[in-house]
Amino acid sequence: MAENEERLRRTMMFVPGNNPAMVKDAGIYGADSIMFDLEDSVSMAEKDAARVLVYEALQTQDYGDAELVVRVNGQDTPYYENDVKAMVKAGIDIIRLPKAESPEMVQQLEADIIAAEKQFGLPEGSTGLMAAIESAKGVMNAYPIASASKRMMGIALSAEDYTTDMKTHRYPDGAELEFARNMVLHAARAAGVAAFDTVFTNMDDTEGFYRETEYIHQLGFDGKSLVNPRQIPMVNKVYEPTEKEIRNAKNVINAIEEARLKGSGVISMNGQMVDRPVVLRAQRVMRIAKASNLVDEEGNYIEK
Amino acid sequence: MKNSVDRDLPEDVMKDLNYQPFESTEIGHPEIQRVAPKVHVSTGDDKVVTSIKAVVKDTLKDGMTISFHHHFRNGDFVFNEVMREIIDAGYKDLTLAPSSLTGVMNDMVIEAIKAGTITHITSSGMRGSLGDFVSHGGLKNPVIFRSHGNRARAIEHGDIKIDVAFLGVPNADALGNANGMAGDAVFGSLGYALMDAQYADKVVLLTDNIVKYPNTPASIKQTQVDYVVRVDKVGDPDKIGSGATRFTKDPKELKIASTVNDVIVNSPYFKDGFSFQTGSGGAALAVTRYLRQAMIDNKIKASFALGGITKPTTDLLAEGLVDKVMDVQDFDKGAADSMHTNANQQEIDASWYADPDNKGAMVDQLDVVILSALEIDTKFNVNVMSGSDGVIRGAIGGHQDAATAKLTIISAPLVRGRIATIVPDVTTVVTPGDSVDVLVTEYGIAINPKRQDLVKSLSNLPGVPVYTIDELQQLAEKKVGKPKPLEFTDRTVAMIEYRDGSIIDTIKEVKD
Repeated sequence: MAENEERLRRTMMFVPGNNPAMVKDAGIYGADSIMFDLEDSVSMAEKDAARVLVYEALQTQDYGDAELVVRVNGQDTPYYENDVKAMVKAGIDIIRLPKAESPEMVQQLEADIIAAEKQFGLPEGSTGLMAAIESAKGVMNAYPIASASKRMMGIALSAEDYTTDMKTHRYPDGAELEFARNMVLHAARAAGVAAFDTVFTNMDDTEGFYRETEYIHQLGFDGKSLVNPRQIPMVNKVYEPTEKEIRNAKNVINAIEEARLKGSGVISMNGQMVDRPVVLRAQRVMRIAKASNLVDEEGNYIEK
Repeated sequence: MKNSVDRDLPEDVMKDLNYQPFESTEIGHPEIQRVAPKVHVSTGDDKVVTSIKAVVKDTLKDGMTISFHHHFRNGDFVFNEVMREIIDAGYKDLTLAPSSLTGVMNDMVIEAIKAGTITHITSSGMRGSLGDFVSHGGLKNPVIFRSHGNRARAIEHGDIKIDVAFLGVPNADALGNANGMAGDAVFGSLGYALMDAQYADKVVLLTDNIVKYPNTPASIKQTQVDYVVRVDKVGDPDKIGSGATRFTKDPKELKIASTVNDVIVNSPYFKDGFSFQTGSGGAALAVTRYLRQAMIDNKIKASFALGGITKPTTDLLAEGLVDKVMDVQDFDKGAADSMHTNANQQEIDASWYADPDNKGAMVDQLDVVILSALEIDTKFNVNVMSGSDGVIRGAIGGHQDAATAKLTIISAPLVRGRIATIVPDVTTVVTPGDSVDVLVTEYGIAINPKRQDLVKSLSNLPGVPVYTIDELQQLAEKKVGKPKPLEFTDRTVAMIEYRDGSIIDTIKEVKD
């Protein structure tokens, strides 16, 4: 299973679970997370076919280092139970619960996962979970949801259903999502899990996509849900640290190493003590810099 | 007998047709005797006629070789009109030697074969119903497939001796001065037809647009032309080119294109004054766009772009990123129009473009080429001719010729649907692996181990995983499984010449 703390989760790419070509190719675009969808993008007639397709793909296809997520059908549907069982059996990293509105719904999913892990002889705790917040009620319960399970990897805002619930729709400036974004983000941070922003569907509006991604990056989201692989390099670009950030981070990392060699518990740089938040930020910068191919093996900035 | 790419060649057919097996991509420095056409002397005052039937009657005899060009592509009216007259007049045993055959010609060719009018074919390729017909044994004598450069070579050698060339043009004057640039049915460069005009014994132009004498610029000259036939329409402008060439949105094609660009930019050839050929198709067009940005970023300009030209390439010319466009055919109207307006877009004939038996062809000077593949095997041999069902459905085009570039990149998806593109052995070898340097797929690249210099310069590119071609083949097989081997009869339905005229492979009749 994915380690919750360390992973980069800039990009969560949606892949319709009933599309063999897209399921097969999902690994080639460098998404941090791949989310196979059994829910909204699959018509009723294809629910079983999609479940079987994703199950088989998870057995046979190589998705490299990507974190593998599946969005199961809602708990109020007849597909939910089989979805959860099949995906646990397939060894998926994360099961994503749609339309989460209460911690009880998360606990129900957790119980169902535990039962499935037992049934298929998998080690308990091998399957993680996450929740999508898609309603006013979900937003108001964001923290209880985010902290409902030790298996919780993260929570995601899903704006299409949410804006409908709020009797509005999406606007270019995103003002209608301001409260929800901040609630989801704060709930995630308070619970120590990841936070994902909603999708941006107009592929022709590159400028709008960059604007929204820069905004949610500034707020502090781990990343964004994506509907098209072409959005992946754009998100990565926004999340790229600057040369200055990388050089600073490298200095911090060097200082940590120096302190470790000296056996000192206190990390200092240029005569100043380096506190924990600075260390964490430096480590995060270096992780992204590595993923963005901006540094070499030793963490040195690659001159362009 | 086997050739150097390990293909079993039928001894009897090889002997009957007096062929040598393919040995090497090296052409060497032989001395070649070229042929010259017969000239029926005239002052040229009586060339214009209105009846195709009369011209056919004047020029054609049973057993002759006739030729056409394919610059009108699927908008061609000329081929079918001329062939209709020929079939109806009851001619027999003709050899059909066009620069290529397009889909709109298929039904007529099949009819001509069934009528006994056409008994031999040489072409760059064929597709659709005609490919199916030939692959199922519809033509008694094997089709000879030749690359564009090799067709030029064969014409110059006399291997293809054209008795009558029927060449459609969008304009001509009364004596036969013509070009491809003005009129309703413009297609730009007349590159392939220039060979026919120069070497055919009888040259018949067909046009719907007779203009004032003397017509310039003249690509085909009055010194070469016997007849100018006035027809209603030579072609359908909407079907000649792809119209406005659109940039692909397919994320997989874009991924491949951006990797191709990474390979080019990090190769030793990406420097000021380099040259390239990209061809048409979604990924190739996308490469041109990525390459444009890389050229701007690195302040590098190209000395020339070569081959079949598209608008993205002529845009580079207009922008000053490319000094010259050397143009043997135009795939869209934008490129054709640019030839009319930009003096740095030079029309070249197929010999100048790619004929190996030459005092230097353009492809010999080419640095980088991006080519496609229906299949590529673990020896880097490429098939652009037969489909996964063994049926003829492609064209050599300039593939073998351009593959002699210093850096030959094959761009192809690992699998198409449930069919592997990278296979242990291609169904038909068209371009030998010796001339292929790098394969680019959506999963990563494979470098021909012959090119250790490229292994060195391309091995540590961020985001470009390097595999051996065997690893990629196994990856493909893991995804789509192992197909049942195709079944063929012993009958040879087509011979694939290498560009030097030797036989690199044959195609057998499919067994259904």
